[in-house]
Amino acid sequence: MEAEIIELIIGMAVLTFFTRFASSVMFKRVNISKKWNALMIYVPIAVFTTIIVPALLLPKEKLDISINNEYLIAGLISLLFAYKTKNLVGTVIIGISVILLLRFAFSL
Amino acid sequence: MVSIKNPELPSEFRDGLKAMTPLFLGVASFAIAYGLLARKAGLSLLSLTLMSLLVFAGASQFVAISLLISGSSFLLILFTTFVVNSRYFLMAASLGPYTRKWDTKWQVVLSFLLSDESYAMTISRFTKNVPNKYYQLGVSLGLYVEWFIFTVIGGLMGSFLDDPQAFGLDFALPATFMVLLLPMIRSWRHVIVCILTGIFSIAGFLFLPTRWYIPFAAVLGTIVGGMLELWKRK
Repeated sequence: MEAEIIELIIGMAVLTFFTRFASSVMFKRVNISKKWNALMIYVPIAVFTTIIVPALLLPKEKLDISINNEYLIAGLISLLFAYKTKNLVGTVIIGISVILLLRFAFSL
Repeated sequence: MVSIKNPELPSEFRDGLKAMTPLFLGVASFAIAYGLLARKAGLSLLSLTLMSLLVFAGASQFVAISLLISGSSFLLILFTTFVVNSRYFLMAASLGPYTRKWDTKWQVVLSFLLSDESYAMTISRFTKNVPNKYYQLGVSLGLYVEWFIFTVIGGLMGSFLDDPQAFGLDFALPATFMVLLLPMIRSWRHVIVCILTGIFSIAGFLFLPTRWYIPFAAVLGTIVGGMLELWKRK
């Protein structure tokens, strides 16, 4: 089991490195146009949105837009907090506290 | 490789390390969540630490462990890892204009250490200041060491506790990404891209196999943004 897991880890490591390195090799030869740069501004916005939205709306692999979805409630509260304060540490603490509080409230 | 005598090292490297301090708690929480979950999946402390050191990609490590728990085949796990991390093609491409002149050995090291968090810090710095590889090294290496340390702590805790979801720790990932995303939103076009990408990601999650929604929504969202941008310039 252990040896197999380590093989899996090495496979994951090689694939992940490839995704991170391949574009740099490509750019050694190609000149970058202004149009390309304009497109690339949207990469971080699209990537982060793609990770955030399903984590809040489909926490248990099912679409859940209701008051019972503690990830959605905590997400909205931390979004407001993050917007007002830009404080990451506070945002994480508030979000996790809201989740724990809601679970406690639901369990009563 | 990095000489202490290099004059550009101290200030740029230190700036990089400083840039990761607000991310500290979010990354630590998520690393602990990963360590706990990996122990629950039956990985030894050695394997779960090795995964953090060699793969160093939080979201895909989390997904891989969840798939292991659900009894998926190694082939599916490898394939999903590739799909989840294919977003790095885009990130590296957007860093390309700044990093293309650097030595290959620097590109290898900085590519290996590329993460969502270090990318967010680096790209916002490079668009404002003169791009400096020591800055990127500072953020990336800082996050790498932190990821390693808190993975081990999570793994050790996992011998006593189990489910990280019970502690809400898995929320650290979206919360961190939210704070990284907010300062990037500066116009109505950005807001539109967020809303549409959100819709794409939900649709992709519901209708595409395993984790295909990640490259699907990220690529589609980038294209929509690029189209809006080019349309504005006409």
